[in-house]
Amino acid sequence: MVQEFQASKPIYMQIVDQIIIDILQGTQKVGDKLSSVREMAVKMGVNPNTIQRAYAELERMGAVETRRGQGTFVINNPELFATIKLDMQREIINRYVKDMKQLGVSSIEMIDQLKAFVEGEEEHDD
Amino acid sequence: MTIKLKGVTKKYGRDYALNEVNLSLQKGKIYGLLGPNGSGKSTTLKMIAGLVFPDRGEVSLSNEKVTRRTAEQVAYLTELDMFYDNFSVAETINYVASQFASFDLHKAEQLLAELKLDPSKKVKQLSKGNRGRLKLVTALARDTDVVLLDEPFSGLDPMVREATVKSLLRYVDLEQQIIVIATHEINEIESLLDEVIALYYGDIIGQENVEELREEQGLSVLEWFKTIVQEVEERAV
Repeated sequence: MVQEFQASKPIYMQIVDQIIIDILQGTQKVGDKLSSVREMAVKMGVNPNTIQRAYAELERMGAVETRRGQGTFVINNPELFATIKLDMQREIINRYVKDMKQLGVSSIEMIDQLKAFVEGEEEHDD
Repeated sequence: MTIKLKGVTKKYGRDYALNEVNLSLQKGKIYGLLGPNGSGKSTTLKMIAGLVFPDRGEVSLSNEKVTRRTAEQVAYLTELDMFYDNFSVAETINYVASQFASFDLHKAEQLLAELKLDPSKKVKQLSKGNRGRLKLVTALARDTDVVLLDEPFSGLDPMVREATVKSLLRYVDLEQQIIVIATHEINEIESLLDEVIALYYGDIIGQENVEELREEQGLSVLEWFKTIVQEVEERAV
């Protein structure tokens, strides 16, 4: 499937986020090889240079390593992925709180509503 | 491979198709040539392909002036319908192969299979979408350092568009090639491009790296394009 991208963020960073989410969810297994740059480019409908840049960024973060002639592999590094997961959560909370404040919602209301919402969801699941 | 336009001017009657245009394109990149209809996109591509020559200025490929002879190094997909109705798909492929030494028949067969084109079908039996695909096959099957695509997606439905984008990505060789895609459908191809060049009635009004636009200005290509066109139009008032 060809993906849609947000305008405000570089495409390569959105691909990095997507691959990290795949790793956190387990659809991309730790220790396994990522799709080749070409395969990923075709799959996502994205310029191969952009995929290359995303892989380089993942390598810089320490999430993957490139083995000569073999490809790019996800490193078994639970601490790193735990940290990244926390960072992503913080980013989501930041956005949520900012949006709610813009609507003039107080912190207490925000927490109450979130609590009620999550509890409602849990009831739904049962 | 590099493509250079130096002070290129082309007039059709009294109108400037291109006015003192300077442009430099490097290998390893996919360029988007953007602009409204009549802004000079097709003229630019035809000049690189050696099908139209400038009134003033020079067009060169790796420092060699573009002539009819350099056309062999350039694959060019025209926006026009260019096939013989009575040819079959296979005959069309063989005909194009006979015209260009750089044509790779094996690659053409792979592309036909991938895009689900039946070689025995007559061109006149093909749907518009399939004619578009056939055109793309004839351009992508050539082993050239320059690939020019003029409105490759126009008139194609979204599914066919996606298939064509994927074929393009599967076969492009960015170690060697320069790809230039001229289009006015900007959103469709943004994620394909390294750089964008905006043409506006014969003038280049901007050239940017797509990811830098997002990173530094928070703009998509379409937003950027609208902004600079507006600036030009306000200045003209």
